Amino acid sequence: MADSRPPKDTEDAALSERLKNLGDRLGTLAPKIASRDEDGDTVQAPGGSSNLGRAMRLSSEFVAGILVGSFVGWLIDYFAGTSPWGLIVFLLLGFAAGTLNAVRSAGLVAPQSWDRKQD
Amino acid sequence: MADPIAQFQIKKIATLGHIGGVEIAFTNSAAFMLAAVAVTVGGLVLATAGRSMVPGRVQSVAEVTYEFVADMLRQATGEEGMKFFPLVFSLFSFILVLNMFGMIPGLFTVTSHMIITAVLALLVFFTVLGYGLYKHGFHFFGLFVPSGIPIVIMPLIVLIEVMSFLSRPISHSVRLFANMLAGHITLKVFAGFVGLLGSFGALGWIAAVLPLGLTVALTALELLVAFLQAYVFAILTCIYLKDALHPGH
Repeated sequence: MADSRPPKDTEDAALSERLKNLGDRLGTLAPKIASRDEDGDTVQAPGGSSNLGRAMRLSSEFVAGILVGSFVGWLIDYFAGTSPWGLIVFLLLGFAAGTLNAVRSAGLVAPQSWDRKQD
Repeated sequence: MADPIAQFQIKKIATLGHIGGVEIAFTNSAAFMLAAVAVTVGGLVLATAGRSMVPGRVQSVAEVTYEFVADMLRQATGEEGMKFFPLVFSLFSFILVLNMFGMIPGLFTVTSHMIITAVLALLVFFTVLGYGLYKHGFHFFGLFVPSGIPIVIMPLIVLIEVMSFLSRPISHSVRLFANMLAGHITLKVFAGFVGLLGSFGALGWIAAVLPLGLTVALTALELLVAFLQAYVFAILTCIYLKDALHPGH
């Protein structure tokens, strides 16, 4: 039988060489993949869908802050009878919280955390 | 043109009983949730039945899903967060299957109703709150006190941080529900154009090629969104759980 394939040991050497190459490339790629998603949100997919997702995300964060602020203010007014001051003050606070949420969600401000300060 | 909102209508299938004069009905939404649970559980049982060393097709899907969620949770919360794996995996698979059901024409999209996503988000919110208080006690409220702030504006900052914390379940739930709702309405509207233009005769049918192509493209986009939103919901859950878990050492 004519053996067109290379002998066994050179084949093994070639295979291990390829595996080593692959391992090296994975080693350089893996940290990139891991660091990409620190914020935890939408992976940066190319194209328009990620921009739409971002818009949706930021606006929902912002609106949520205002909604919660006005609701808390209304509750305080309802129980303490301080209408309309609770609503006014907490609406403004909610506005601030919404802005904070949005900026935080965009990754421009450190997230809410009590990890590092106590060291 | 077909009503783009009609697809979200809750329909009663059977009445189960009355509690305080309020009818408790088994609806199409409930039926689809049951179906989603059945598909998830059934699929996983089927996939793990063989337990071969070299996984088959179904088993690989189950293994990849497991690895995906486990890695996501481990990266966000560390090893001690793995006790929440059942919660995160259940949420992820439940939402993913419901979203994918929504992509099948004619089926109901449960996650396009805010009440569903709000309940899921509140479940996460109260889990974080409950576990954080249980594990760290009063110390948990240190979350609201950032470091390095002058004492004068501290009360203001703390109030804002509390608001920010309280608004989490809202943005958590709105993101999923709004994406599903908007996507399905857009899809329906563009598909509706095809029929509308077709009613104008031959020239209309030629013009209808454009919305038809868009509908096909949008369907692909919606498939991506359906997966991505399940992923985003799960990863946000992980990030919130991190606050409950990590002790301030």
